[in-house]
Amino acid sequence: MAIASSPSVVSGSSSDRWQILRLLVTRKTVLISLIVLIVLVGAAALAPWIAPFDPYKLSIMNRLKAPGSLHWFGTDDFGRDVFSRVIYGGRLSLTVGFMVVVLSSALGILLGLVAGFFRGADKVVSRLIDAMMAFPDILLAISLVAALGPSLSNVIIALGIVYAPRLARIVRASTLVIRELPFVEAARALGVPTRRIVTVHVLRNLMSPLLVQGTFTFAYAILAEAGLSFLGVGVSPDIPTWGTMINGGQQYMGTADWIMVFPGIAIVLAVMSLQLVGDGLRDVLDPRLRKEL
Amino acid sequence: MLRYILNRLVGLVVVMFIVATIVFVILRITPGDPAAVMLGPQATQQDIAALRTQLGLDQSILTQYVTWLGHLARGDLGQSIFLNKPVLTVLADRAEPTFWLTLMSLAIATAIALPVGILSAVKRGTALDQSVQGFSMFTSSVPSFWLGLLLMEFFSVKLGWLPVAGYGGPGASIGERLSHLILPAVVLGLVNSALITRFIRASMLDVLRDDYVRTARAKGLTETRVILRHGVRNALIPILTVLGLTAALLVSGAVVTETVFGLPGVGSLVVSAVLRRDYPVIQGALLVIAAIYVLINLVIDLLYLLVDPRVRY
Repeated sequence: MAIASSPSVVSGSSSDRWQILRLLVTRKTVLISLIVLIVLVGAAALAPWIAPFDPYKLSIMNRLKAPGSLHWFGTDDFGRDVFSRVIYGGRLSLTVGFMVVVLSSALGILLGLVAGFFRGADKVVSRLIDAMMAFPDILLAISLVAALGPSLSNVIIALGIVYAPRLARIVRASTLVIRELPFVEAARALGVPTRRIVTVHVLRNLMSPLLVQGTFTFAYAILAEAGLSFLGVGVSPDIPTWGTMINGGQQYMGTADWIMVFPGIAIVLAVMSLQLVGDGLRDVLDPRLRKEL
Repeated sequence: MLRYILNRLVGLVVVMFIVATIVFVILRITPGDPAAVMLGPQATQQDIAALRTQLGLDQSILTQYVTWLGHLARGDLGQSIFLNKPVLTVLADRAEPTFWLTLMSLAIATAIALPVGILSAVKRGTALDQSVQGFSMFTSSVPSFWLGLLLMEFFSVKLGWLPVAGYGGPGASIGERLSHLILPAVVLGLVNSALITRFIRASMLDVLRDDYVRTARAKGLTETRVILRHGVRNALIPILTVLGLTAALLVSGAVVTETVFGLPGVGSLVVSAVLRRDYPVIQGALLVIAAIYVLINLVIDLLYLLVDPRVRY
């Protein structure tokens, strides 16, 4: 697992951003991963124009057709086009992953900053983070979904809560370092209010570790959502996500493998690309960790 | 040393207290009446009222919380609503397959990761190192349930080498039970070997740069001896940590894998409890598993003492 715990100070100017991007794409694996991600996200965004068939359209005549020139990935037990469903499924799976990153980052930043910046609160918040991390991911997620009720938004909330403590730990560790740096001391000496120091000076310098960890959280969230949907405790089985498609296809294993093989490949591609980009970002943003993990 | 252990045990009680509180809160965030949700739409008002009384839901939140902590302190995890048995008994009945599955997967993951991670560090930057890194990146990206289904189809259905699913009948021999565990353990072991491999590689790379390794080479020791005696031994501490973490991850993986392979373990119990809305079982399982995780971490910290004589608490 990649944990970027040390902050590296980068300024946010646009020329720096280009520099980072240029450094990133010099690595072949990262470049390929970025292309794969752009294709997956692009296909998901443009699904209504790209998908050759309506992903919900039933056609008993075309039931369980093997992959061919008309149905590239074959059809499922209701005669629905698997290729179109994989594209539409990506829409939901990727959205869930992204929203989980947003939610867990918001929660993690809040908890981490409070713990890292205010000594008094640190003990309480750190213990809370420790206790949260004692629950295995999937187990905590399915318990939360069980309590909240299964729905797309509740899956996002549950996974957002599950991944928040990891981000909080990173933010806390980085904040502890940053708060002692001369520029924060200088800001304080100049009479800058604490709130402004935290939001402008500390948060800005947390961007690199957060960006790196966010990429990995995105990957884990896609895997976790698929797991929850597969277990039948996540999104409703009628909604095509990569996880629900594998769940639906498992009973046709051996007779119509393509129903579950293609959404699985989509998951592997998305998760692997995100992890490789995360690795690349870490190397570029934090040279001290380069090539180590 | 004794003081350290005592300190840690106090810390453990504090963390478990917060864990119990979180578990308590999770049930209370259920929208609406948990009793009505648990009994389903067919339940009569009397049934719901009876369950509310049984679970103490008709009392104030504070009273409920104190009662719940009191019961926990006595080791009482409550009663399963669906199975009508004490939660602790239900969990104990399901513990065996999960225990063996976790142990076997950890053994498989370590058996893969240890040699591969060491080799990859020693041959850093070579084609071998790159393929190892590619492979571990791949296995950490594969959904375990999907890999499980594919392997099940190939080895059990097509080749017929291994049983498809389940854990044998009630009177099944140990050999038969173990044969049911092979595929799920391979899946969990493979998926989790990635993390361990990366840690071992990183840890070995660190150690191999140290002065005493150079000294060992300068003394004229063979490369194998340098790596095994001076390298691996010193790389063990971070490796122990990651093995502890993985043991906890495996429990989480067991939730999905046990369901795929129809193993009657704690993982599949939790999934069926969620589908049946059997909240006391979910709460009990969460608590017990979190406790195991916290205990494993303590044991790992104590193991450092055995592995590394420099560590003193």
